[in-house]
Amino acid sequence: MNEQNTINQTGMPENNSMTVMPLLQVNDLCKRYPGAGSYMAVYHMSFSIPRGRIIGLLGPNGCGKSTLIKMVNGLLAPTSGAVYINGMVPGPETKMVISYLPERTYLDNSMKVCQMIDYFCDFYTNFSKEKAYYMLGALGIDLNARLKTLSKGTKEKVQLILVMSREADLYILDEPIAGVDPAARDYILRAIISNYNPNATILLSTHLISDIENVLDDVIFMKNGSLMLHASVDSIRSQTGKSVDAYFREVYAC
Amino acid sequence: MAWELNSDRPIYSQILEKIQTRIICGIYQPGERLPSVRELAAEASVNPNTMQRALSELEHSGLIITQRSSGRMVTEDTQMIQGTKREIAIAEIKAFFANMRELGYSSEEILQLINENQPRSDALTQ
Repeated sequence: MNEQNTINQTGMPENNSMTVMPLLQVNDLCKRYPGAGSYMAVYHMSFSIPRGRIIGLLGPNGCGKSTLIKMVNGLLAPTSGAVYINGMVPGPETKMVISYLPERTYLDNSMKVCQMIDYFCDFYTNFSKEKAYYMLGALGIDLNARLKTLSKGTKEKVQLILVMSREADLYILDEPIAGVDPAARDYILRAIISNYNPNATILLSTHLISDIENVLDDVIFMKNGSLMLHASVDSIRSQTGKSVDAYFREVYAC
Repeated sequence: MAWELNSDRPIYSQILEKIQTRIICGIYQPGERLPSVRELAAEASVNPNTMQRALSELEHSGLIITQRSSGRMVTEDTQMIQGTKREIAIAEIKAFFANMRELGYSSEEILQLINENQPRSDALTQ
């Protein structure tokens, strides 16, 4: 893709040095969904991500973002190629260090918010109850409410808080703020910044680019299952004179 | 409140300018200790690495000094701060003149227009 050449990678992390193992390494990854009319949902993707970054995974609907994310989380097996987290293929060890917010909710609707917290605490050794209670309090969420009584947006907030309350190495958030109101969105972004841990990385997919662009270090653009661009936000801005949001609209114009 | 940033310029250079302005107009006094990177990043709603980069650049220019024990401080060199202020003012004037020339005014006409349209002194104080 020539787009990858028009933006040079200055300002990019020095993640290719041989001495430091990248947090996430994706090597020539492909995924074909079987069945009639099968196509390559992810097509020969290669990239690596170091620690201490906040990275946006961007692309139009159906470009393979969620498929990629599911392979990193070990929920889908690659057709070919490989994913390494801390040098390990996805498995129980990598699930301990990845905190994953899926695109769809999986929480038990009949449970109360406080029960959900205990559940996560039992499940994950790196879960911080204090952090969860603090954020739930800041957003004014009733701990005794059952999930089924909460609005769609509030449910999303609860789920995001559960995911962000783990002390993980890699947070993978698939559309984390889509259903959340702008004020809560601001709070969540600030929470992400102030919880920022230089040893951890956040990879998030979203369509709300202008809302989160100032928070991102780097962006990965995907198109038709392929990597189109992997560059820092400021290098895109200084070389195109456009925001990432405006650049995205230009690149993916329908 | 998040800082107001333009969408078409690199974020770090805009943050750098905002902090520079705060130093020049005395919001951050000479010798004053600056908030931490994390606090500033949260206040501005920007990525901490971006904030770090802006502060490093200001350190490089000398406006900010890092002391191992007490974090980042504004320089106590008031002459340097005044010098930076003057540089920015001159750049603003140059940009203004360039815009006016684009409209077709000569230097004399521009100066005359300035004299005719000086804001009253009470309008100058924000």
